[in-house]
Amino acid sequence: MKAQLESIRATAVAEIAAAETSLEDIRIKYLGKKGALTAILRGMGSLTPEERPIIGAVANEVRNCIEEALEIRGAELKKLSLAKSLADEKLDVTYNAIAPNAGHIHPITRALERMTEIFIDMGFSVAEGPEVETVTNNFDALNAPADHPSRDFQDTFYITENTLLRTQTSPVQIRAMRGMTPPIRIISPGRVYRSDVADASHSPMFHQLEGLVVDKGITMGDLKGILSQFAKTMFGPETKTRFRPHNFPFTEPSAEVDVSCFVCGGKGCRLCKGEGWMEILGSGMVHPEVLRAGGIDPEVYTGFAFGMGVERVAMVMAGIDDLRLLYENDSRFLKQF
Amino acid sequence: MEVSLNWLKDYVKVPTDIKKFCDEMTMTGTKVEGYKVLGSDIENVVVGKFMSTEAHPDSDHLIICQIDVGREEKLQIVTGAQNVKAGDIVPVCLDGAKLPGGKTIKTGKLRGVLSQGMLCSLGELGLTVNDFPYAIEDGIFLIEEECNLGDDIRDVCKINDTIVEFELTFNRPDCLSYIGIAREAAATFGEKTVIPEPKVVETKGEKASDYIKVNVHNTELCPRYTARVVKNVKIAPSPLWLRAKLRAAGVRPINNIVDITNFVMLEYGQPMHAFDYEYIKSREINVRNANVGEEIVTLDGVTRSLTPEMLVIADGSRAVALAGVMGGENSEITDSTVTVVFESANFARESIRKTSKAVGLRTESSAKFEKGLPAVNTLPAVDRACELVNLLGCGDVVEGIIDINNADISERVVAYDRAKINALLGTNISDEEMDKILSSVELIADGKGGLIVPPYRSDIINTADIAEEVVRLYGFDNIEPTMFKGAADLGGRTPHEAFRYRINEAMAGLGYCESCTYSFVSPKSLVKINIPEDSDLYDFIRLINPLGEDTSVMRTHPLPSMLEVLSRNVNRKVEKCRMSEIMTLYFRDGDLSNEKKSLCFAFTPDCGGFYNLKADAEALFTRLNIRARDYVAVSDDPSFHPGRCANVVVDGTVIGTIGEVHPLVCENYDLPRGVCAAIISTELLLDSVKTERGYIPLPVYPAMERDIALICDKDHEAGKLLSDIRSYAGKSLEDAFVFDVYRGKGVEDGKKSVAVRLVFRLADRTLTDEEADSGVKKILKKLESEQGIALRS
Repeated sequence: MKAQLESIRATAVAEIAAAETSLEDIRIKYLGKKGALTAILRGMGSLTPEERPIIGAVANEVRNCIEEALEIRGAELKKLSLAKSLADEKLDVTYNAIAPNAGHIHPITRALERMTEIFIDMGFSVAEGPEVETVTNNFDALNAPADHPSRDFQDTFYITENTLLRTQTSPVQIRAMRGMTPPIRIISPGRVYRSDVADASHSPMFHQLEGLVVDKGITMGDLKGILSQFAKTMFGPETKTRFRPHNFPFTEPSAEVDVSCFVCGGKGCRLCKGEGWMEILGSGMVHPEVLRAGGIDPEVYTGFAFGMGVERVAMVMAGIDDLRLLYENDSRFLKQF
Repeated sequence: MEVSLNWLKDYVKVPTDIKKFCDEMTMTGTKVEGYKVLGSDIENVVVGKFMSTEAHPDSDHLIICQIDVGREEKLQIVTGAQNVKAGDIVPVCLDGAKLPGGKTIKTGKLRGVLSQGMLCSLGELGLTVNDFPYAIEDGIFLIEEECNLGDDIRDVCKINDTIVEFELTFNRPDCLSYIGIAREAAATFGEKTVIPEPKVVETKGEKASDYIKVNVHNTELCPRYTARVVKNVKIAPSPLWLRAKLRAAGVRPINNIVDITNFVMLEYGQPMHAFDYEYIKSREINVRNANVGEEIVTLDGVTRSLTPEMLVIADGSRAVALAGVMGGENSEITDSTVTVVFESANFARESIRKTSKAVGLRTESSAKFEKGLPAVNTLPAVDRACELVNLLGCGDVVEGIIDINNADISERVVAYDRAKINALLGTNISDEEMDKILSSVELIADGKGGLIVPPYRSDIINTADIAEEVVRLYGFDNIEPTMFKGAADLGGRTPHEAFRYRINEAMAGLGYCESCTYSFVSPKSLVKINIPEDSDLYDFIRLINPLGEDTSVMRTHPLPSMLEVLSRNVNRKVEKCRMSEIMTLYFRDGDLSNEKKSLCFAFTPDCGGFYNLKADAEALFTRLNIRARDYVAVSDDPSFHPGRCANVVVDGTVIGTIGEVHPLVCENYDLPRGVCAAIISTELLLDSVKTERGYIPLPVYPAMERDIALICDKDHEAGKLLSDIRSYAGKSLEDAFVFDVYRGKGVEDGKKSVAVRLVFRLADRTLTDEEADSGVKKILKKLESEQGIALRS
């Protein structure tokens, strides 16, 4: 019987080592209810009491040995089969990526959002106003002379004699001053309209961001402070600002503001047309007549205002050279932002 | 305005470094747009003397000539010119010479004969016979100027100049002149100006008033009219210096009298006009409004119909000039003119602007008047013109000036508060320094709290105006940047604006590209989306002066803009396209508009169908935390497929519409059938955001799932089926949803089989199988009894 057991061990171990697929059949064949080893153990009843523990110990040893062999071979087989399936699953990594449904925010919105955010962080609130405005709010209250060319039919879209599509976001200044008491610190982003035929640098509709601060003791130094801080945050900490004297009806003194080109750092390049500077906004101290039109006493309060073209900023930031691309809405263009 | 630096130097010393000049002028407020160096395209062209000629051995029309250019050796040049003879002084291109237009001249052989250069014509030097009236157009330029052989032609012809282009601001009409620019340059560079003080030598005897009587009938439109008379006029070309100055300023030289008026206009910024006295009928000038039906033929030969708002200069019977715009042909200066009336007047800006626009004629003169000129200049200007007549010796100035003045030309005094100016600027400029800065632009402190403002500075009215003068000359760079003080304020967006940014981000997250479309559209756009003619949406806000019909009304519906975007993309072969935009819609509200924001998103059929659109809408609503919404089928929205469109309803309010765009609408936009679009009011959407707080606790006990297939009418809505199921079930039903719909074999015609998964769960204990089964039975029983819907057998 011992010899029988030894023979079972030998054949089973050999069979296990040779197995290529499932080991389950082998397990049943030897260890199952009707298996070879089980059959022998059943026959132990015919043994003498002296023989029983000896054979029993051998039988156990054989069982352990077979189980161990099954386990080892099982692990090996699992490893082999995984390796095979991994090999089968191999992908051509150079093949087309499956495009995700990634969306894109329009560069104008993106620029506007960033600009707005910077001013909000400096304590400004957003104020919005209508795009169909009165001539009074768009021109008269902003101190535009009656014969100012900007009022012309060639420059402004009129709805009636007294209403128009606002040519600037500045009428929101008037609305804000009439509806608020100082301190006023607002920015007003929005669409504006001018009667220009669309070309690479003109559009009958574009976006502006307007700012207004009115309080006691507001100075031109404050205007410089806010705008140079804005430029540094928007275009990078090395950005320099340059204030150039100018004239706007609604501010006095007025200045146009250039920022040092953030591509060449002021040395002159293609983007800044060799100037080293890029004009981005107009600004100044609110004209006393404008304060008065807003119901604010210019003897008590002073203020500053600024306005900038959002498209201009979006274009310089993204290196876009044709304004029309922004309104064509070709998704191949929009997907680049 | 274009300014010749050579000319400017007559009045003020300026830096030789052109870059420095431009930069500093810009930084003190006289913005330089650019500059060009005249004559920079001419090189190696000198004055030479034509010595002798001989025939070319191999050509009939060429000659070989010897030219003296002031060197030891004569040059041999082969030329085809006909008009040269020995002794003529001519421009000679040396070897390596450059001419305007990029032409270069090199020593070479012409038909085998050595030619060491070229003789050139006026045209080849970029000049015209207006610049050199004694020269001929076709042929070699025979120079009559004082010069030496070998001199650079640019010096001889006075084309060595730099022209600077200034962009002047609206408030400084006084700078539209050389004197005005000179004043600014003097202030910028700390120099003094040398302004001409005209001294006229009059011929005693007759008086100007003996020659002519001037009546100003409308002193509002003509605040000042000044005139002088010149007799014994000899019309001739102007001398070279005058022609060269005009040429550099871009003005064509004509003859001495006309050139003088143009010169003075440029120098003083005061437009002038010269009449031929012979044609001033009844020897009187009437400044009056035009008569009804009156006409005038202006100097350009065009007949202009006039209206009574326009101001004319008339003689005793007819208009002889359109005031401030252009003179009349009937009194034009000609070669035979012997007596001249110089007009130097001041006209109201608005009147000139309107007249110039109405007749469609904008001249140097009208362009200046419409900016508002100081009336103080009329007198010095007319004197300057007469001084030039003396200088050129082209006539005798008649004694006396006619000057009808109703304008205030006195100096003004404006309140001058240095502390207030420092406070506005945030500076600490001393009194002395501020006075000094202001005096550099001839604004003088009177020592009594006032500032004396010269009459030509009509722009200086208040403290802010003075502050502007101070800061531009003090330098913005010298102002310390500060942060404003005052009560703290958090700042922030408006709820609507903040919400719109969240929507944009959410739509980008759902794979949509944001577009940016014009707010104005074609009135026909509503027709293209099938909106019936009687709809209120056609009550557009219309532009009086649109650029074209396509952009003539403010949109009242978002779909046309969106479909145009999709159409453009599809047309460009971008067939898979998902677009989204928050658009403003404009509804008439009296004279003004009621502006509403609307989110519109849409995609082409390649991106999916109605259910994809609905999934995107649902994802958006979930992301934005919108309250429970229903989708109610809509079959009568004319822009959408009648069977594939739904209103989105929150708490009984329709907040938007989603659907497949009507096939005919797709066709109108050249789009394939099956475009899907959603239109949602962002205002109503914001109102629909959940306000309640809290959350549903996570389940502790397991759920039981049961799947049932129900047979119902094919039009029975899944939404109704599920809501009925929910109402029939007890509280143990946690969720119910449709996971399959089947029509076809085994299902009766007109019916459909809907597979629904029911999920049962209790919060406080584990549900038994039996309880789940009885829950299903209860639902089935009610469905059967109340809806006639049975389990699929």
